[in-house]
Amino acid sequence: MFSGYSNFSGGVDTAFAIIVGISLFFLIGITAVIITFIIKYNKKNNPVASEIEGSNKLEIIWTVIPLILVLFMFWLGWSSYIPMRKVPADAMKIKVTAQMWSWRFEYPNGKVEDTLYVPVNKAVVLNMVSLDVIHSLYIPAFRIKEDVVPGKAENYMWFKSLVPGSYDLFCAEYCGLRHSYMGTIVEVVDQGSFDKWYASAPVKVDSSVAAKPGFEGKLLSEQKGCIACHSADGTKIVGPSYKGIFGHKVTVETNGKEREIVVDEEYIKRSILEPEADIVKGFPKGAMISYKGQLTDEEIDKIIEYIKTLSEEKK
Amino acid sequence: MTGNSSTHRLPSYLEYQGKYTGIRAWILSTDHKRIALLYLYSQIFFFLAGLVMGLFMKLELIAPGQQIMGPQAYNALFTVHGLTMIFLFIIPGLAASFGNFMIPIMIGAKDVAFPKLNLFSWYLFIAGAVIILVGIFSGDGPPDTGWTFYAPYSLKTNTNVVLSVFGAFVLGFSSILTGLNFIVTIHRMRAPGMGFFRMPLFIWSLYGTAWIQLLATPVVGITFLMVVADRMLDIGFFDPAKGGDPVLYQHLFWIYSHPAVYIMILPAMGAITEIIVTFSRRTVFGYKAIAMSSLAIAFVGYLVWGHHMFTSGMSETARLVFSFLTFLVAIPSAIKVFNWTATMYKGSISLEPPFWWAMAFIFIFMIGGLTGLILGSVSTDVHVHDTMFVVAHFHYIVFGGAGIAFFAALHYWYPKMFGKMYNKKIANWGLIGLFVGFNTTYLPMFFLGFMGMPRRYYDYLPQFADLNLLSTVGSWIMASSLILVIVNLLRAKKGTPEEMDDPWGGRTLEWTIESPPSLENFEEIPVIDREPYELKSK
Repeated sequence: MFSGYSNFSGGVDTAFAIIVGISLFFLIGITAVIITFIIKYNKKNNPVASEIEGSNKLEIIWTVIPLILVLFMFWLGWSSYIPMRKVPADAMKIKVTAQMWSWRFEYPNGKVEDTLYVPVNKAVVLNMVSLDVIHSLYIPAFRIKEDVVPGKAENYMWFKSLVPGSYDLFCAEYCGLRHSYMGTIVEVVDQGSFDKWYASAPVKVDSSVAAKPGFEGKLLSEQKGCIACHSADGTKIVGPSYKGIFGHKVTVETNGKEREIVVDEEYIKRSILEPEADIVKGFPKGAMISYKGQLTDEEIDKIIEYIKTLSEEKK
Repeated sequence: MTGNSSTHRLPSYLEYQGKYTGIRAWILSTDHKRIALLYLYSQIFFFLAGLVMGLFMKLELIAPGQQIMGPQAYNALFTVHGLTMIFLFIIPGLAASFGNFMIPIMIGAKDVAFPKLNLFSWYLFIAGAVIILVGIFSGDGPPDTGWTFYAPYSLKTNTNVVLSVFGAFVLGFSSILTGLNFIVTIHRMRAPGMGFFRMPLFIWSLYGTAWIQLLATPVVGITFLMVVADRMLDIGFFDPAKGGDPVLYQHLFWIYSHPAVYIMILPAMGAITEIIVTFSRRTVFGYKAIAMSSLAIAFVGYLVWGHHMFTSGMSETARLVFSFLTFLVAIPSAIKVFNWTATMYKGSISLEPPFWWAMAFIFIFMIGGLTGLILGSVSTDVHVHDTMFVVAHFHYIVFGGAGIAFFAALHYWYPKMFGKMYNKKIANWGLIGLFVGFNTTYLPMFFLGFMGMPRRYYDYLPQFADLNLLSTVGSWIMASSLILVIVNLLRAKKGTPEEMDDPWGGRTLEWTIESPPSLENFEEIPVIDREPYELKSK
């Protein structure tokens, strides 16, 4: 009945349309009957009421017919849902990591992106983990959604996209301050473009730019979701902005006591691995998770290098 | 009794002088009618507070980007809006106010079984409300978890979750004790001759409700305590980092909170039944079917909570079973709608304001119920789960259903409770405005949800802008109509006993006594010798 943008759209939209159709029939039908009764049997037109106590025949009819209809709807919903749980063996596996408030997609060859690139007409399975609270991966155009639950690595979803294009991807489970900004794009491209993108080096820029200090740190900040809370332009999102912070004095709270420190390599590293140790005054506690095990020392150094460049520009 | 009542009227419960005066005559009164009014006034107060919060939310959503507040304020606002509307207005709902007032009168008793416990329940209600209020204005700011308190976010956020959760825990006890009180009252206090199948259908609906209150509420009470323990003692029931399970929280929460929807809607259905029977001026169609459907809803309603969790990663078997049972619970609701319609057949319908309110209820409730079918079916739910579609469905049931029934009941029993009559024309105009405003506010949300706009979004993409604007405009129409309705009720005028004792020609017991009733309702406990909706013998 419908085709849509993924292999599930047709089934879901057909079930939707049939249920809405039956519902509209009853809504309009019952409303019409009620209006008729109000006109026909109001006090003016029918001064004397008839005392009718009921009818077992009618009770059975309006129990059994809706029962059959709802069982049919149940079957519609279930039969169009079953395929969503049956992942084809040849599906491309993408690991999804959700955290406040960013998405990260890791491909079999180690490529990491914050946009979901998929080839058209190819089955893709998303194996999803959350690092902090519950999120929910939702691609409305594909009619699919599944929660990403911390401590529950087995949640998954799969799809085959049908039409190349860009589609919205949202977080559907409330996850705090920037929940409504936890969205990204699904890029559906033809197999050729996908293969070219997939084979390309993680950094697809010429060496003169790549060699610029801080470039890799910038990429890491995007991939690991740092920029969801730490801006590069001085804007306060959730945590302190990267801009102009290095080498500056800040007041932090350590074990409930305030003290002044200078932001240096050691402090930034500690903030990444033990975010609760020193909270900069005016920022919330418990907003950041530890990146222990998620970033190597080398990667941390690159991020520090990037933060340094943002402070130098200012000077 | 109606004709000669003016000759020797006892002082009404509003005039009665006990040993206390002033405000103490109210807050120390164990009269079920005064307690009912204490609930009624507090509930309407909380409803108006929740309404104002809702208006601010809609104003923020009038266009993409920041309008009048930041994201943290918005998140706190939708949480407190939910807490207020759900725990302080609609869970006590029609049961605490109209149930308290009407149960003893409709079954021919002088009061509920445990009048002091009844007053204590109201104190618990107020204590819970005060704790939640303190939680909002103290500590590290109002909670920002949503009224569902989902773990582990509710364990991680720095906002004042503990007090809100504890307040809800205390409110739970108010609800449990009220349920207990009603069950015992209905079992033990019925007038001679009033068998179970001679009870008015409002009482049947409250009876089903009371069992849910008694049996389901403790589950959420324990769950809320577990959240408090997790936050204060660091136990980790629901924290995966400590070996806990966040999905367990959802199960425990919805085991109560789904039946809680029936706590809200069942008494509403009961009141609507009374109204339709009275204004159709004939006996009810299918008495037993309606009575039994109330119990069926209360029972099956326990077993459907998993439909809130179709995307949580539950096993396929669980999704199958919960979807199936959810569809079954649609049947008793459908039976009620059919019997209401049939009750109008060959009636002699008197087109008074409460009747129109009941009609608005049926129409809006049907939309709420029918869109529930989409949420019960697994594949369609996966698409619209956690979107504006759910927000729309929920408001159609809880506000358009239970909320409108609350006002329908208020218009129906107002002359009985206060001995006053409001301006009927204004009541109808208020309803028309509310009906238009309500649908303008919430109907667009179904489309927004289908288009993919998730719920609890502070900001949204441009494609959602037009419908959100329409919805905000609707909220203004709705709010102004509600103010009109309430002012109209407040300006009601005293009528003579002849006009007020039985203004609608009702057939249940409350219309055989004075308006407002005397302290003990009946001078003499009546003996019931007729069927529930049989015409009163003159």
